[in-house]
Amino acid sequence: MLKLEGINKIFNEATPDEKIALDNINLHLAPGDFVTIIGSNGAGKSTMMNMISGALTPDFGAVTIEGREVTRLPEYKRSQYIGRVFQDPMAGTAPSMTIEENLAIAYSRNAKRGLRKGVSRGRRDFFKSSLEKLGLGLENRFNAKVGMLSGGERQALSLLMATFTKPSILLLDEHTAALDPSRAELITRLTKQLVEEGNLTTLMVTHNMQQAIDLGNRLIMMDKGQIILTIDDEKKPTLTIPDLMSEFEKIRGEKMNSDRALLGS
Amino acid sequence: MFTALFGSVEQGIIYAIMALGVYLTFRVLDFPDLTVDGSFVTGAATAAMMIALGYHPIIATVLAIVAGFIAGCMTGLLHTKGKINPLLSGILMMIALYSINLRIMGLSDENAKVKPNIPLMNDDSIFTQFQGFWGNLGIDDALINFFKNTLGFQNAPSTWGTILVVLILTLIIKFIVDWFLKTEVGLAIRATGDNKRMIRSFSANTDGLIVLGLGISNALVAFSGALIAQYSKFADANMGIGMIVIGLASVIIGEAIFGTKTIFRTTMAVVAGAIIYRIIYAVALRIDWLDTSDMKLITAIIVVLALVIPQLVDKRREKIRKEKRRTERLTQQREVTQTQGGNHLA
Repeated sequence: MLKLEGINKIFNEATPDEKIALDNINLHLAPGDFVTIIGSNGAGKSTMMNMISGALTPDFGAVTIEGREVTRLPEYKRSQYIGRVFQDPMAGTAPSMTIEENLAIAYSRNAKRGLRKGVSRGRRDFFKSSLEKLGLGLENRFNAKVGMLSGGERQALSLLMATFTKPSILLLDEHTAALDPSRAELITRLTKQLVEEGNLTTLMVTHNMQQAIDLGNRLIMMDKGQIILTIDDEKKPTLTIPDLMSEFEKIRGEKMNSDRALLGS
Repeated sequence: MFTALFGSVEQGIIYAIMALGVYLTFRVLDFPDLTVDGSFVTGAATAAMMIALGYHPIIATVLAIVAGFIAGCMTGLLHTKGKINPLLSGILMMIALYSINLRIMGLSDENAKVKPNIPLMNDDSIFTQFQGFWGNLGIDDALINFFKNTLGFQNAPSTWGTILVVLILTLIIKFIVDWFLKTEVGLAIRATGDNKRMIRSFSANTDGLIVLGLGISNALVAFSGALIAQYSKFADANMGIGMIVIGLASVIIGEAIFGTKTIFRTTMAVVAGAIIYRIIYAVALRIDWLDTSDMKLITAIIVVLALVIPQLVDKRREKIRKEKRRTERLTQQREVTQTQGGNHLA
């Protein structure tokens, strides 16, 4: 479904700020895989997400989605296949537009946009039934501007908008990190529900080790631009936080230094 | 006075089409497009040139709209493909259009390469065409009689045909804009002005949408220019100076008075704002110690006030709201301590 082959990316090349963001990354996702990614700040997690979404292009290497090479395809063309939820709840929705208009925008993701009405009667019914799944009562606030919603509600809406057109790949970039714990839990639950329902191939970056262990069938750990640990289907169900910590020490020969990762911000 | 105001309303309705164009860029796309000063004249110049050459006014007007669309797209390309700052893209296009407009007007005269203006004194226009049909209906005579005899006015507008034509045209444009902003493409353009990152993640080409939005906006501006040229029977290279500020003033005045709850209401507000601006203009010109040339200063002051006053009002409202919340909280706390004290005693 998704293949990354030999991806390299260096920022600020040939300056004192040079930073190797991604160092020969290889990753292969089968259809229906749900991979969680952990790693400390600057490990290259977000850069990798941006390579897949097309916001950045790799210096070397290839990105393939559903057998089609998309390495140089601009972001807006690629996003036909990719659903995305950002860390910032403000980033995934248009605040001055209504809930139904936002959904209409997401709904037209796969098709060429034309002069059809964005919110037709048939679509409205579909939007309504999709919103009901969230269980937040948003279906009764169709004409509310999205800017009036709380961060949690906006993130739930972003999640729905990213998933209800059944994208080939779903990218979740620390999408619960900016929310308070109860809201984060709600979004985590919705993520699980929506991914399972759509059987979506998913990549989720998180700082929260427990969340990384609870969700998904595979887990990878990144450090300094490399994938240093891969846990697959078989080992994942029995994985614990201490396991991860000791694995990291074994590989890197040093203690994991991110309190944030440990405590799961 | 009534006749003067009547003329202002007629003009205001025509300028409203330009204001709708400005609304599309400034508000919907969030792109401060200064092309307007040039593209307004492009519309006027193209229509006047075609009419002077003997083409049908409707064909002339349509060509003017196309010319405005192209001008807007050029600004969009400068910004998106040339990566030039939005303001600078508009300014560059505006100044380029100044020369182009002189050339366009020059096409009407075999002996000249460029021309600074084209008078259309005895030429046909959309208005004279309609007048031919309208005059036969006899409604004007009836209305003039009504105003002079029944209401006792000394002067009455000589025809109601013009205001009817411009009102119909402007309302048609308004409804088209309303409809367009609700289509899939329209929603994508609005989202481009609202959150570029979001709309890109839903497979929309923001560059293309910006170019399209600027094209449509300047097509409307040129349409307005073409109508003004036919209305005042004159096209001039300098008629567009300050047009962007007038458009902005119309948008801001309208929004401040009528609100922006829905698109339907906002576009209505923009049209009304353009008419109100023209009325203010007409009234200001009647004040003895003011000169016509002061109008640009007055326009600037109107825009500044319209931008600053809402901020002050918001600040004041926020303050009042906070104080109210505080007193509410304080009384609540007092009640809580009182009940707790009671329990303790018991």
